[in-house]
Amino acid sequence: MTAMLGASRSSAHLPRVTNWLLRNHIWIFLAIAIALFSFASPFFLTLNNLGNVLTQAAFIGILAIGMTMVMINGEIDLSVGATLALANALAIGLQGVIGVWPAVFCGLLAGAGLGFLNGSIIVLSGMHSFVVTLGALIGIRGLVFVYTGENALMVEDFSYTEYADISWGPLSLTALIFLGLALFFQWILAWTRHGREAYSVGDNINAAFDAGINIKRHKIINFTICGALAAVAGILLSMRLGTAEPNAGKIWELWTIIAVVLGGTRLQGGFGNMWMTIGGVLTLAVLRNGLRLLNTPNYVELMVMGAFLILALLLDRFISLRMAK
Amino acid sequence: MDRSSAVIALVRRHGLIVAFLIFIVLVSANSPTFLTVGNFLDVIRQTSITGMIALGVTFVVITGRFDLSVGSMLTLLTVVVVDQHNAVGPGLALLFVLVGGMVLGAVNGLLIGFIGLNALIVTLAMLSFLQGLTLLYSGGANVNIADAQSWFALFGRGTVYNIPVPVLIFLASAAAASFLLRKTIFGRTVYAVGGNEVATRFSGINSRWTIFLAYVLSGLATAGAAIIMGSRVMGAQNTIGQGYELTVLAGVVLGGTSLIGGSGSIWRTVLGIIMLGFIQNGLLLLGYPYYVQWLVTWFVIIAAVWIDLGAKRGRLFA
Repeated sequence: MTAMLGASRSSAHLPRVTNWLLRNHIWIFLAIAIALFSFASPFFLTLNNLGNVLTQAAFIGILAIGMTMVMINGEIDLSVGATLALANALAIGLQGVIGVWPAVFCGLLAGAGLGFLNGSIIVLSGMHSFVVTLGALIGIRGLVFVYTGENALMVEDFSYTEYADISWGPLSLTALIFLGLALFFQWILAWTRHGREAYSVGDNINAAFDAGINIKRHKIINFTICGALAAVAGILLSMRLGTAEPNAGKIWELWTIIAVVLGGTRLQGGFGNMWMTIGGVLTLAVLRNGLRLLNTPNYVELMVMGAFLILALLLDRFISLRMAK
Repeated sequence: MDRSSAVIALVRRHGLIVAFLIFIVLVSANSPTFLTVGNFLDVIRQTSITGMIALGVTFVVITGRFDLSVGSMLTLLTVVVVDQHNAVGPGLALLFVLVGGMVLGAVNGLLIGFIGLNALIVTLAMLSFLQGLTLLYSGGANVNIADAQSWFALFGRGTVYNIPVPVLIFLASAAAASFLLRKTIFGRTVYAVGGNEVATRFSGINSRWTIFLAYVLSGLATAGAAIIMGSRVMGAQNTIGQGYELTVLAGVVLGGTSLIGGSGSIWRTVLGIIMLGFIQNGLLLLGYPYYVQWLVTWFVIIAAVWIDLGAKRGRLFA
């Protein structure tokens, strides 16, 4: 470890891969976790299981993509879990009324609309996004319960659940959508004007304003993206389960934040990317899957996750202190 | 200042209270049971658990930080107090839980105050860790107090002159917390750290120690809530405190304490928490389904904080 950190000071001479790994050190964690679990369980390193890990990771993963966009702006969105549940409920509940695809579209529209509403309230009022989306978390969950009448809704036509079974080798449709969206938004962050603006807004909002960036519009767009992606995750969940339970996605917003921060994206804004987020999401999923394959009880999983998060935070601080020298 | 501008100034300063009074009048007009002493005491009794936690969290929020671990902490401490009641008796169980709450708070305080890690993430990690610890401790089973006649029932179920004991505990703790925040050096440094941490440090104040103590208080307050909870239910499930962290924050925010830190007060928190309780109670008495209160809470939080911010800024829009 010391050798690696020592090397980081002369990072300019290092090959690009090493440099990239130092900046995205979650991938080193991921590699270690995969190696450990491969030795510990014969079932871990199989194509089938790795495909499963990706599918399990995809729901938090899709939420995390939107969260990363918002977090690079220096904001946060606590309402993604509730939005997921609402899109899930609408996609299933409206099917019998207006047909499958219009129902799915309504779910997406609700997610994007709520994201737009959150973003608009935040930029118009100047309130902290934590407060606004905390309110939305409570209220949207209330909407879900009012809409479902506190019951779990079920699809009438079970051919709807077959979309979730589509797969390309070990990769399920859900996993493919997650990876596709992550790559697409990494492209946006790295190669488009919106991406560059995202970093400058998060890094120094006054400078961004002086540079002529329309900050309000920019933030509203990112919150809308975040809400729409939460709806995408909700719809994929509805395809997978065929039911909409009003408590679906409860405290997933917290796991999403954990995944994004674990990846290395900073809550303060201005720093992060989708590679980090993919790394964080996959690390959480691998830990969860590996511990379950080892037959560890649920409480070990919860404790390991908590301890791991604090450890990662300590290490991140240590590395950034050393790199700053 | 003529009369109308005085009214405007009053609404600006205390808009929340005015809106709250209007709400109470509206509900009273439509429900005969709402405006009774019995109902008021019921509401305050129901909010005493969230209220106790919120007192401690207020200190943390004024330093400009979060404590999202209180829900899990409440679960763990309630399970411990109930289980230890059966094992070592009520007296020692109370002691264990109060010390336990302070120790858990101290762990948060150590990581956040002294090591300087991000409060949101540390307390999120603790949320998960303590959930695991609860399951490890209880083995997943629900625990109940074997001796139903124990004097431990006093904290959640007892009354003094018809006033429920949890209400008395909550109000007395609020008075103590308010004294601590307003009249002591520690209280002043809590505001100072939240207002400008760098300046505080340059003034020779040990801000790390202040942050540490704020988290210890948050743990202690949660221990108090756990005692009320355990005594009220005379038992504990492994999910009993889930989601409390967000309800508590909603109450604190509703009272007008800023999440950026540096401002806020205990009476504002008490007001926010009690208002949440009355909104819940009022909507139920008016016959709305249970979950409608969450929708109303959403609206009330946004409206209250927005108006509060707008009044300070002098205009509504940023």
